[in-house]
Amino acid sequence: MIREFSLNDLVFMLEALRWTVGLAIIATIGGGALGIIVAVLRVVAFKPANWLAIGYINLVQGTPLLGQLFVFFFGLPLFGIQVDAWVAASLSLSIYASAFFGEIWRGSLQSVSQRQWEAGAALGLNYWQRLTHVVLPQALRISIAPTVGFLVQLVKNTSLAALIGFIELTRASQIITAATFAPLPVYTTAAALYFIICFSLSQFSQRLERRFHVTR
Amino acid sequence: MSLVELTDIHKSFGSVEVLKGISMTMEQGEIVAIIGRSGSGKSTLLRCINGLESVQSGRIQVAGIEATKPGADLNALRQRAGMVFQSYNLFPHLSVERNVMLALRLVQKMSVDEARELAHAMVAKVGLAEKLAAYPDELSGGQQQRVAIARSLAMQPTLMLFDEITSALDPELVGEVLKVLEGVAREGMTMMLVTHEMNFAKNVADRVIFMHEGRIHEDGPARETLLEPRTEELRSFLSAVLH
Repeated sequence: MIREFSLNDLVFMLEALRWTVGLAIIATIGGGALGIIVAVLRVVAFKPANWLAIGYINLVQGTPLLGQLFVFFFGLPLFGIQVDAWVAASLSLSIYASAFFGEIWRGSLQSVSQRQWEAGAALGLNYWQRLTHVVLPQALRISIAPTVGFLVQLVKNTSLAALIGFIELTRASQIITAATFAPLPVYTTAAALYFIICFSLSQFSQRLERRFHVTR
Repeated sequence: MSLVELTDIHKSFGSVEVLKGISMTMEQGEIVAIIGRSGSGKSTLLRCINGLESVQSGRIQVAGIEATKPGADLNALRQRAGMVFQSYNLFPHLSVERNVMLALRLVQKMSVDEARELAHAMVAKVGLAEKLAAYPDELSGGQQQRVAIARSLAMQPTLMLFDEITSALDPELVGEVLKVLEGVAREGMTMMLVTHEMNFAKNVADRVIFMHEGRIHEDGPARETLLEPRTEELRSFLSAVLH
C-alpha cells in the first residue's frame, strides 16, 4: 500500500533524529574520555605507552567505521556476548571518536610554543601552574575548530548505524521511503535535518573562537 | 657572598660544548652587558643562571640559592632572578593587565586587588597605562616587550636578566624599549643583559663581558673595555658590529 509523505512521517523522522543526536552525544562523551587517555599515552615520556597509543590510532583511523560497527555487532556474539544495536553503535563510535580526539588534542597541546612554558617558568610558576594557566587555556582555544570539525563528521557518521538496524534519522528515512516511494522529498528532508545540526555546530564553534580570542 | 657566583660552568648540547668553563661573580647593583658573536654562548649562559638550562658541571649560586644542587628550588630562584626574552613571550590569551597579574596571584599569592594595583603601577611605569585591557596581538613588538619588562619587574626580583630583548624588534621600536631599560637601570636594579646594542652597553652598563667560543674572553669596565679592547678577538668583533 503506497501512501503520501506526510506530516506523520516528518514527526517520525524528528523522533529518529533524537537517536542520531543521542548517539553523537554518547560517542562524544565516551570518545572524549577515551581520547584524553589516548592523548596522554601519546605524549608521556614512556616509549611503550607511545607505541600503544600510535598503534591504536593507526588501527582505528586506518579501518572503515562500518567495519568497526560490524565487528562489534556481528563479531561479539560469536564470543557469546550479545549486544544490541545501541551498544554496538555506541561502542564503535566512541572508539572511532577517541582516536581522532586523541590526535587533535595532542596536536593542540604540542602546538603551544615551548617558549610559553619557559615564560611561565621564568616567572616562578611551577609545572602544574604553567600547564593549567598558560598552556592548557591556549591549547583549548586552538582545539575548538578541529574538535567541532570532527563532531560534524561524527554526527554524519552516525548514519552508518542504520546498517545494523539502529533506527536513527537515516534508517527512519529508509523505512518511510519504502512505504511512500518518495525518496527525493524524504532524503532531502533528512539531509536538511543533518545540515541544521552540523551548521549550528560550526556556527557555535566560530562564536566560541571569537569569544576566546583564538588567534591571540 | 656575591649576588651571582658562577664557578667553572660547563654546558653541552649533545656533543657541542657551548660553555667551556665559565667563572664569574656579580655584585648587587651592578649592570653587566654580555656581548659576543652569535654562538659564543652568551644566551645559554643567561639561561643557565635562572635554571632554564641545566649544566653538565660547575656551580651556580644566585641570590643565595644554589641552582646546581640537586632538588634546588628553581621556582624560588626565578622569582629572584626575573627574565625577559627576545621574543617577548607574553601570554596571548590574557590581556596586558592579566599577563602582569598572573604570577603575582599564583606565585606571590597576592589578593586580586593588590595584584591589580601593582600591575597597573608597573604597566604605567613602562608607559602603557592606556593598554591595560589590550591583548598582546593588539600591541606593537616594542609595546609587547615593554609589557614583558613590566611583568617581570612586578615580581620585584633582586636581579633582572635580559636576553637580547631588542633583537627581534623593528629598528624604529628599539629606542622605546632601551629607554624603559635605562629607567630600570637608573632605579638601581641589578641587571645582566645580553645585547648587540654597543652604545647602550657603553653608556648604561658598568661592566662588559665579551664571550668568545664558550669562554669569557674579556671582562672589564664597560667604557674602557669597549673603547680600548685588549684582545684581537674583541677588536675584530667590535669593528664587525659597529659597521
